Amino acid sequence: MINLALEVGKTAAPEATMFWILGPLAVIAALGMLLVKKAVHSAILMAWVMITLAIFYIAQGALFLGIVQVVVYTGAVMMLFLFILMLVGVDSADSLKETIKGLRPIAILAFIGFGGLLVSLIGRATLGHQIVGLDSANANGNVPALAELLFSKYVWAFEVVSALLITAALGAMVLAHNHRVHQRPTQRDLSILRFRTGSLAETAGLANPGVYALHNAVDVPALLPDGSAAPTSISAMLEARGDVIDSSPFQLGQAEESEGEDK
Amino acid sequence: MTSNLLVYLIALPLFGSAVLMLAGRRSDKWGHLFATALSASSFGVGLYLFSQMLGRTGANRAVTQNLFSWISVGTFQVNAGLMLDQLSICFVLLITGVGTLIHIYSIAYMSHDLDRRRFFAYLNFFIAAMLLLVLGDSYLNLYVGWEGVGLASYLLIGFWNQKPTYATAAKKAFVANRVGDLGLSLAIMISFATLGTVSFAGVKEHAGQASTGALTAIGIMLLVAATGKSAQFPLQAWLGDAMAGPTPVSALIHAATMVTAGVYLIVRSNFIFDAAPTAQLLVAIIGAITLLFGAVIGMAKDDIKKALAASTMSQIGYMILGAGLGPVGYAFAIMHLLTHGFFKAGMFLGAGSVMHGMDDEVNMRRYGGLRKFMPITFATFGLGYLAIIGVPPFAGFYSKDKIIEVAFNMGGIKGVTLGGAAMLGAAITAFYMTRVVVMTFAGNKRWDEKAHPHESPALMWIPMVLLAAGSVASGFIFTHGNSLVNWLAPVVAPNPEHHSEMLKPAVVSIMALVSVLIGVGIAIMKYLRTEVPVVAPENVSIFTKIARRDLLQDDFNEAVFMRPGQKLTQGLVVADKALIDGAVRGVARMTVGTGSTLRNTQTGFVRSYAMWILLGAIGLIAAIWVVTL
Amino acid sequence: MNPANYLYVAALLFTIGAIGVVVRRNAIVVFMCIELMLNAANLAFVTFARINGNLDGQVMAFFTMVVAACEVVVGLAIIVTIYRSRRSASVDDASLLKR
Repeated sequence: MINLALEVGKTAAPEATMFWILGPLAVIAALGMLLVKKAVHSAILMAWVMITLAIFYIAQGALFLGIVQVVVYTGAVMMLFLFILMLVGVDSADSLKETIKGLRPIAILAFIGFGGLLVSLIGRATLGHQIVGLDSANANGNVPALAELLFSKYVWAFEVVSALLITAALGAMVLAHNHRVHQRPTQRDLSILRFRTGSLAETAGLANPGVYALHNAVDVPALLPDGSAAPTSISAMLEARGDVIDSSPFQLGQAEESEGEDK
Repeated sequence: MTSNLLVYLIALPLFGSAVLMLAGRRSDKWGHLFATALSASSFGVGLYLFSQMLGRTGANRAVTQNLFSWISVGTFQVNAGLMLDQLSICFVLLITGVGTLIHIYSIAYMSHDLDRRRFFAYLNFFIAAMLLLVLGDSYLNLYVGWEGVGLASYLLIGFWNQKPTYATAAKKAFVANRVGDLGLSLAIMISFATLGTVSFAGVKEHAGQASTGALTAIGIMLLVAATGKSAQFPLQAWLGDAMAGPTPVSALIHAATMVTAGVYLIVRSNFIFDAAPTAQLLVAIIGAITLLFGAVIGMAKDDIKKALAASTMSQIGYMILGAGLGPVGYAFAIMHLLTHGFFKAGMFLGAGSVMHGMDDEVNMRRYGGLRKFMPITFATFGLGYLAIIGVPPFAGFYSKDKIIEVAFNMGGIKGVTLGGAAMLGAAITAFYMTRVVVMTFAGNKRWDEKAHPHESPALMWIPMVLLAAGSVASGFIFTHGNSLVNWLAPVVAPNPEHHSEMLKPAVVSIMALVSVLIGVGIAIMKYLRTEVPVVAPENVSIFTKIARRDLLQDDFNEAVFMRPGQKLTQGLVVADKALIDGAVRGVARMTVGTGSTLRNTQTGFVRSYAMWILLGAIGLIAAIWVVTL
Repeated sequence: MNPANYLYVAALLFTIGAIGVVVRRNAIVVFMCIELMLNAANLAFVTFARINGNLDGQVMAFFTMVVAACEVVVGLAIIVTIYRSRRSASVDDASLLKR
């Protein structure tokens, strides 16, 4: 597989085909990142851009980087992004209406100006020599060649970067650590609190949700002696989401009737 | 000759002053006695030095003491040195002697004052400063004492500074003195610039080498200094107000000693004035103007202390006139200074005694007939009165007639003018002093029923009696065998050549006596034969009104110096606000304006900052784009 | 094919990322745009390595990835912290700097 990819990289005509298909797709996906409302969609488009780039790396003789791109970026970093997105709220859609007056037209102008300048600069740039290619550099394989550079010429930078990684990991831990201001209330504390406040009726705990012969689930409220549904027996979250099932069909008389009907 | 004793003359009263000021209220009980004792011991040292001096002859009589090297800058060397010669010893004895008497007098006079200790501290300080003034061996050392007595005068005039008018009077005296002090400092600077030295001996030695112009400049500046300190025209305005101070202060500082420092300065600088005839003539003219000026003011004053102050001004005018007459006049100026020190101090103490008995009333129109209630005061005051108007054989007769005689003997139009002025002044002096004595001690009583005039305690009248004795005898002692003239000869060096006497001494004396009698006669007619109104009459001639207003000296100062000064200051304040403050505020406003404009770019939104960064990056790339074009 | 074409793609991706940082308000999207810019730079590095025939560019891209990983970790931690206190991941809500 790897050899195949390397072969693709080496042959000019397939590479051009690959570039002209994937290049515009990457740019379009990147533009889409800016235009879609939901952050999750942005993340998926981002992942697509990264995979495209990984292919580009491999096509240009950077096999190791291509694999790392897929594993580290598309795999780890993007998963981290999605994870945080889930933490913050997956479904939330951003308003694309600009709130800072005058920023949008400036941004469009800047986009045109910056892009235009960069592209025209690259177009004007002259290398001064023919394109060398990595054939000789990668003669013993890309990974050993990179390893040789990393652990000789760049070993100092490598060590520093490792220190940076550890520092970042520690920093993230410190930032994410939720410092408790008060002591967590124990069962005993909660019990005392129950007796001190609220009604005595709740001191033994809240009622369980409805458990019936036909139907037992957390989304059905229990019945009070007078036959009405007990609102405290189900989770408030379920009620808020509208997932509570009406318990009246499961009342005693009703159930007998339905049994009788079945017969 | 050197002597280690000189420094004690100054150090003793200075020590007393320091102790009294530092010890504070703890010394309230014994402070006045301590100060008096130190002043008396200083007098004792003076007497001892005098007796030693009598044992030597001529130029050997002067003694010096070098204390320390004060200023040493390149070629400019000034030692803090003291010099006691025949001229200085006269002053030392006058200052410490009269000073001690006034200390004694003040013990009783100030007995009811809560701040008596502070008063004595200032008095001792004054004695020390005044002694430094007359003992300094250079102009710079003299200047230190000169400023010291100015400070003491300021502190003592404003002694009762809880009254705003008294504080203002002190300030006025200080400011007027500053003008004079500027003259002295300029004289010292010119002296150093042209002669390269400021010591008396050095200046005397090098005076011959300097140009007449430079010496005239020094002389005129010294005269400015003298007019400030001695209340001479045109800086005389402060002396009348200086009577705000306690009466012993008026007697010691503003009659006997400090105000005569100008005379001392001119006589001490005789070598300069002798070489600068223009300056010398100016001195005589100033003296003549002031003696008439003071006499005219004295005629119109109802306040007994202000009348005496005007008289002091006039008498110092005589001394300045004498000092301005050149070598023949110096000794007589000093002689009049010494006799005046006796009789004027005595009269001031007498006035203080009258005030003491009359509940601090100073208006002579509310006195009258006091001779029955205050016989000793009347007697001592009367002896002083006879001395000042120049009745033989009292002191004033000898000293004043000598000045008049010398003035006439200048010859020509100068002699007639100056002598005539002095003669006229003698007549007016007789008039206003008679007026003072008659209004105070003779006639019917015009005081309130509440007043209970009584004789002062012994502590007060003993000094008065001693001073009265001095005013009787001193003139005769000084002139007997030309004793004072000969005594001072090594210092002031009278011109040996014999003058063409325009008038015989006897003629001058008879003329002076006749003019005095005329003055006395008019005063008796006006104030003894007719009833004195209790309230000063308003329907008087314009001249009387002007004389009552101190010959418009305050109005002149106010119109010429104060008002334009105020206008200038107000103008400067406006300019300061408009230009200086305007510039400062303008800068501040511009900064605020710029800030509030730039503030709009600071939205607080991270994205707008990111936009700025992006725009900056675009700018950089655009720059690269342009450069590589 | 001329490898310079990759550079054009990199330039466009970088520009899109930069504009994304400016126009999007969701902090996570802003972060992804920053990652996009880093990736664009990486693409340029790799392309230059190929053009010049040595692997230094690839090493540089490797380091960039490591640094980007660190940045993501810390940045996301910051976002979580802010979210915990403000219940919002909008960068406009954290605009207290102007006062």
